[in-house]
Amino acid sequence: MIGLSIENLSMRFELPGGDHVQALQDVSLDLKAGELLSVLGPSGCGKTTLLNIVAGFLAPTAGELILNGHKITGPDAERGMVFQQGALFEWMSVRENVAFGPSMKSMPKAEKDKTVDHLLDVVGLQDFKEKAVYELSGGMQQRVALARCLANDPDVILMDEPLGALDALTREKMQSLVLKLWKETGKTIILITHSVEEALLLGERLIVMAPRPGRIHKEYRLPFADLGVDSDLREVKKHPEFGPRREEILNMIWDMEEEIMGAKEDAA
Amino acid sequence: MIPLLMYVAIFVAAFFIVTKVVQGAGLKDYTSLKTVTFGDESAVRPNRAAGIISILTIFLMWGIFTGSSLLPGFLHAPGPYEGTTTFTYTAQGDQGSDDATVTVVVHPREQDTDAPEVDPGEGFAKNDSAAIAQWRSGLITVDRNDELGRDDGVQVVAINGESIAPGQSVAVEGGTVTLSDRGTPNFQPNRGWQMEPLYLPAPEEVWTRTLSIAGEGFRNFTLVEHLGYSLFRVVVGFMLGALVGIPLGYAMGLSNWFRGWFDPIVEFMRPVPPLALIPLVIIWAGIGEAGKIILLFLAALWIMAIAARSGVSGVNISKVHAAYSLGASKWQIMRYVIVPNSLPEIFTGARVAMGVCWGTVVAAELVAAEQGAGMMIMTASKFQNTDIVIMGIILIGVIGFGIDMLMRWAERLLVPWKGKG
Repeated sequence: MIGLSIENLSMRFELPGGDHVQALQDVSLDLKAGELLSVLGPSGCGKTTLLNIVAGFLAPTAGELILNGHKITGPDAERGMVFQQGALFEWMSVRENVAFGPSMKSMPKAEKDKTVDHLLDVVGLQDFKEKAVYELSGGMQQRVALARCLANDPDVILMDEPLGALDALTREKMQSLVLKLWKETGKTIILITHSVEEALLLGERLIVMAPRPGRIHKEYRLPFADLGVDSDLREVKKHPEFGPRREEILNMIWDMEEEIMGAKEDAA
Repeated sequence: MIPLLMYVAIFVAAFFIVTKVVQGAGLKDYTSLKTVTFGDESAVRPNRAAGIISILTIFLMWGIFTGSSLLPGFLHAPGPYEGTTTFTYTAQGDQGSDDATVTVVVHPREQDTDAPEVDPGEGFAKNDSAAIAQWRSGLITVDRNDELGRDDGVQVVAINGESIAPGQSVAVEGGTVTLSDRGTPNFQPNRGWQMEPLYLPAPEEVWTRTLSIAGEGFRNFTLVEHLGYSLFRVVVGFMLGALVGIPLGYAMGLSNWFRGWFDPIVEFMRPVPPLALIPLVIIWAGIGEAGKIILLFLAALWIMAIAARSGVSGVNISKVHAAYSLGASKWQIMRYVIVPNSLPEIFTGARVAMGVCWGTVVAAELVAAEQGAGMMIMTASKFQNTDIVIMGIILIGVIGFGIDMLMRWAERLLVPWKGKG
């Protein structure tokens, strides 16, 4: 089967002193190739744990993940990841960062240069390719991170709040860029975000997770990502369905946060 | 006390002159336009003028209090008395009293001078003469040539007409006369405010000594060889320390077993000052090159191991994860992520280690060595060659400073991403 299937995934962390945290419980999800899934949820609902398991950085305590017919057992170039920030290699130039993946698998130089040049054009950093990454602004650095991930041509792109540290304007531009890249490359993307608006705009599918234990609370199929590919995201936000959806999800997460706070107060 | 007051006075005067008068028309950059500078660390930058005046002041004070020929004479602090002075003493016995004159020639120490011939004069007390070196004092046995001396019950009762008793002093021209317990005048020429060359030679003397040692050498080795030996030991010891310490630090940063095994050793050895190891190293390896290099190796080893360890453990896990999901193997992660990421820390460690090694090598050479900067100043001090000692200290300081500058320069060149992660 082509795509990613997550079957009955559970993750339990044993704490010193005999306690434990059930970070994920029986999470099942099927993702077709080329789907864009955004994941929302209050803090502590296991979104990042889920992403780390898909990336192969963590082994689940139960359940399995199948990508394109084979089991995921560890990190691999078929699953690229874009981090919030700080994951670029500051000892390399922009070009070298983007070329990292191809260099690791010893791609011939001509082909590598072509790939890198093309991606730098796509993210609009052609003029900055010989700069050191720490000379770039936060938004540019995230564009480098995107290009670096794409240079490896992964089947799945995992994004862990990639736009979380950017200012509102840059963020909006980057959201358009993500949609454009998604449409052009046809990659499967899992995007974790704290912003309900971002999740709605970018998520072709959207899951809201609930904490204690971490599980999928509700799932949506949304039209906004497809609309946003060809039009201004600010226009998409004026869609009659957008406002009510946002309110609904905000309330849902708000209630969960309240519950967590309440539980904490009871415990205290 | 007087030099300290003078130094403070120069400090205050320079401050007011430079800040109030000269810099009134300074440039108006961003920092100079800040209204809040007190407590704003970024607004505090070393004042260039202050730095230059500070260095000049040190040389100026040095020149003033050593009577340096580099300074015009009126700037010198009052020097020690030099020349011929006279005072009279009054000898009194049962037979009455008589006055006689003592002529004292005060001469520079390095120039031998005989007591001048003087006319004995009238009376039972005869005129005397003496030659006394600057900064020294001398007993003048005035009754040596007198017709009636101490054995006849004659005593010195006055100097220049002022009465005096054993233990008391009278100021005379060019010095002080103190009567010893047995009644002999002791002449102490005025010392002035200058330092005796034995304690602090003038700057130009240190300079000429530096040139002569650079030309003729010191104790069978030229100056360059002495300094070269010290530097050679530092470089070899440091290199060996880095060669072992960096891989050790990497192993400790990457493996539980290595971390567990070596942590107690490294954490124990780190606070042991390398100087404390000198006796043991001398017992084990003798005072030759091997002992020094072992000592410096040990001085650099722990610093480099800890720097490499923290360089490895300081890597942002996102970078490692990113490299894994870009398809890098363990070896590639080591080569392209962990090593470059640890370089800034290693450079910081190297700078510290070079400084410690330089200090340690000088100390080790003080204890025992045939050549080297430390040996040079230790030997010179035994022969009271203060100029060589001061020259050595200055050269050791300059080289230490140079090493640090070189390391900083290399750091900027080789790890420009330091602190940018």
